[in-house]
Amino acid sequence: MPRPGAVIEVDRNTPPVLFHFGEGIRLEKLPLGARIVYPPDPLEPIAHPERAIRRALAKPLEDDPLKSLLRRGMKLTIAFDDLSLPLPPMAAPDVRQLVMEEVIDMAAEAGIEDVHIIAALGLHRRMTDDELRHIVGDRIFSTFHPDRLYQHDGEDPENNVYVGKTAQGEEVTLNRRAAESDLVIYVNLTLVPMDGGHKSMSTGLASFRSIRAHHNAKTLLASRSYMNPPDSALHHSCIRQGQLIEDTVRVFHIETTVNNHAFPAIANFMQKRETDWTAQDQAMFLATKQMTDLAPPAFKRNVFHAMRAPYGLTAVNAGQVDAVHDKTLEAVRKQLNVQVEGQTDIVTLGVPYLGPYNVNAPMNPILVVCMGLGYLFNFYRNQPVLRKGGVLILTHPCRYEFDAVQHPSYIDYYDEVLADTTDPIEIEAKYEIRFAEDPWFRQLYRKSHAYHGIHPHYAWIWAAHAMQHAGDVIFVGGDRDVVHRLGFKAATTLEDAFEMAEQTVGRYPSVTHLRTPPIMLCEVE
Amino acid sequence: VPAFAVVKAAGGRPDVATSALSMLKLGDVPEPVLPARDWVRVMPSVSGICGSDLAAISGHISLYLDPLTSYPFVPGHEVVGVLDDGARVVIEPALGCVVRGIDPLCPRCAEGRPGLCYNVTAGPIDVGLQTGYCADTGGGWGEVLVAHPSQVHVVPDSLSDEAAVLIEPFACCIHAALRGGATKDDVVVVSGAGTIGLLTVAAVRLFTPPKRLLAIAKHPTQRDLARKLGADQVVAPSEAYQRIRFATAARRLDGMNRPLLLGGADVTFECVGRADSLNDAVRFTREGGTVVAVGMPGEEKVDWAPIWQRELTVTGAYAYGSEPKRKGRKTFDLALEAAAELPLEELTGPLFGLADYRDAIAYAMTAGRLGAVKVAFDLRGLRA
Repeated sequence: MPRPGAVIEVDRNTPPVLFHFGEGIRLEKLPLGARIVYPPDPLEPIAHPERAIRRALAKPLEDDPLKSLLRRGMKLTIAFDDLSLPLPPMAAPDVRQLVMEEVIDMAAEAGIEDVHIIAALGLHRRMTDDELRHIVGDRIFSTFHPDRLYQHDGEDPENNVYVGKTAQGEEVTLNRRAAESDLVIYVNLTLVPMDGGHKSMSTGLASFRSIRAHHNAKTLLASRSYMNPPDSALHHSCIRQGQLIEDTVRVFHIETTVNNHAFPAIANFMQKRETDWTAQDQAMFLATKQMTDLAPPAFKRNVFHAMRAPYGLTAVNAGQVDAVHDKTLEAVRKQLNVQVEGQTDIVTLGVPYLGPYNVNAPMNPILVVCMGLGYLFNFYRNQPVLRKGGVLILTHPCRYEFDAVQHPSYIDYYDEVLADTTDPIEIEAKYEIRFAEDPWFRQLYRKSHAYHGIHPHYAWIWAAHAMQHAGDVIFVGGDRDVVHRLGFKAATTLEDAFEMAEQTVGRYPSVTHLRTPPIMLCEVE
Repeated sequence: VPAFAVVKAAGGRPDVATSALSMLKLGDVPEPVLPARDWVRVMPSVSGICGSDLAAISGHISLYLDPLTSYPFVPGHEVVGVLDDGARVVIEPALGCVVRGIDPLCPRCAEGRPGLCYNVTAGPIDVGLQTGYCADTGGGWGEVLVAHPSQVHVVPDSLSDEAAVLIEPFACCIHAALRGGATKDDVVVVSGAGTIGLLTVAAVRLFTPPKRLLAIAKHPTQRDLARKLGADQVVAPSEAYQRIRFATAARRLDGMNRPLLLGGADVTFECVGRADSLNDAVRFTREGGTVVAVGMPGEEKVDWAPIWQRELTVTGAYAYGSEPKRKGRKTFDLALEAAAELPLEELTGPLFGLADYRDAIAYAMTAGRLGAVKVAFDLRGLRA
């Protein structure tokens, strides 16, 4: 029986706790009385995923069985989530592969020939062939790629259609093939509550024109948090757009969830609480620490990015998007929820080497902010673990390091925009269109493997809520110039950071360390 | 020739370039004779050390200039000094037809471009493009030089000697800015932030203000001054392509040796004169754009393929004269007027006595790194 998440109070016997530090790790002693929040243990995975998938397709929620929707001569489009999740990438076979193989078999049985498979990457980067193959599997890749298995292009003027406007004036565009299909089957993998639902189609197969309706500072500031869809303006907007899409095209939604078994056996100590570490875990910790302390960044990156997570399928639901997504969220919360009592003056977090937007690339400073103040801070329901005006302390080396292929516009965003201002609202007013419409960024997004020109802004505003909420943000171990450019404070050690934090939250503050990843969702009472 | 060879072989090292083996000597020479009755004596107060002087001293200068020079000469063409009647003047060093008393004027001088004079070998004075490179005129690094009345411009009292010594290079830069002809819709790059680079920034800002003016500067003092003189953005040489690409929404391609932009700056003022900088300039200036060579280049290896393929207009900007785009006004007059608006004193210093010329030359050769821009000789003490 997997243990639920836990909140441990630090006493004299509490061992030092693991902090992620980019492509490194460190053990830190926390002050007596501090709390450590641990994620739940991985849920038991479904023993026979293929059977579960078949069952979900045969008995969908508030929709007809998939088989009955398939008919000879129809135009069928299968869309699926890109490599931004799960993190780290899932050990083969990916659950999306399993689902798609099932769907394609059913389509073949029904005699459907016109099948297109589209990676719904929205404004994310195009995947390499190997990355694509990893998600869909050899069989689908070799059968459909490249003519009938390809990646959405949100900047292709020919292949995006304007669907209309929501009652709130949000414009909606959609991939032309999807819009003109008799049926779109969306194959999703939900790792965190932000994923899935109407957001899948309304961002994954959309263009800047429609994505900007909700990917903006104002909406993000009104999403508290975007990890809890009912309280998220972002999701409300996506739902309105998604409903318009449902009026345009017949959609059959398939959502899967996985447990939080994020680390392979070799890195098992990252998965476990420190008190549970065996002699082998301790040895692996020491070996990993030694390697990450000494090895050059590129070597460490290669080692870390080669890791594949042994995620296990915990749920698969199919049918009408809202009905499906409710079940999905239930399954996700079951895996991620941890009850946390009350807020705290200081929250500490270790920012790991990987976030959704730097698969096979270094985590550049903007993505560090996106990960730390964006995703990790927002993993809460009700209210943030950090009290308003509290201090957020993060550990990450924050190097000036960018991948010119994946993140070309990030370099300019860092060098030009953040040198001017770090205020998300001001940035948006001054720079949104310039980055979105830069022809070179457009070309790199369309033809190379670059994130869309506007993407660094999205990464930045993902942290807008935390920036507004926290009284101070301190990076431990970060490059001083970089941290200052980001608008935050730099400390050499965690102790220094605590001392600096006293200026904001007073002496004897309450401290909570979120021991993540594996990810968790703090239900703060 | 042997001294030139020694210095060149030493790579222009300051200790060799100012040694007994070098071309540069400090000593007493006869005062230059007035070539004609209307010429005047000028007693230099402050005299700048120009990049071209350093190139000559260190053996980096192009040998193209050799037949255009007469030897021995007293260097120094950035000069503020006083006349016998006590008037403070700056010298316009070009030795064209008017100065040489040649009538009719050659076609270029007739156009008001004495820097391009055909007659620099004729007239009552020896060969030389400028005062400071002519055996008969003396130069700013001496106690007395002689000048034609057309060469002297009275300095307003409001302008200190330290500011006035920059009028000559500033006039060069104004001429360059006007030749570049940037418009208000252009993105302009000034590459290099020595004296010429910084003054070009100022000149472009004042005379042909563009949409955006980027300066490429290596050292912190240069960066600060470039901003102060009107650059919208100052970038390090290593980030030039990245920043210019963003400013112009160009496309960047990374080649085997160096990148290139498809699109890029409309006008680039190349103020370094070295191969690296020239090769970059022709790759980040847009197709059909203009590269103005302002900094004195030597014999540099430049890839002509971008110039050819991008149909660039590569133009030199040498000296000054009369500016047709300013109703034929003299560049020096424009410089003297505009100087009042600029913090030119901040660019000048340290000042050295002539006796310390070795230190002065060594300092000037590494001025950027040492936080200096215009190193100069202070000759006021000699006069007293």
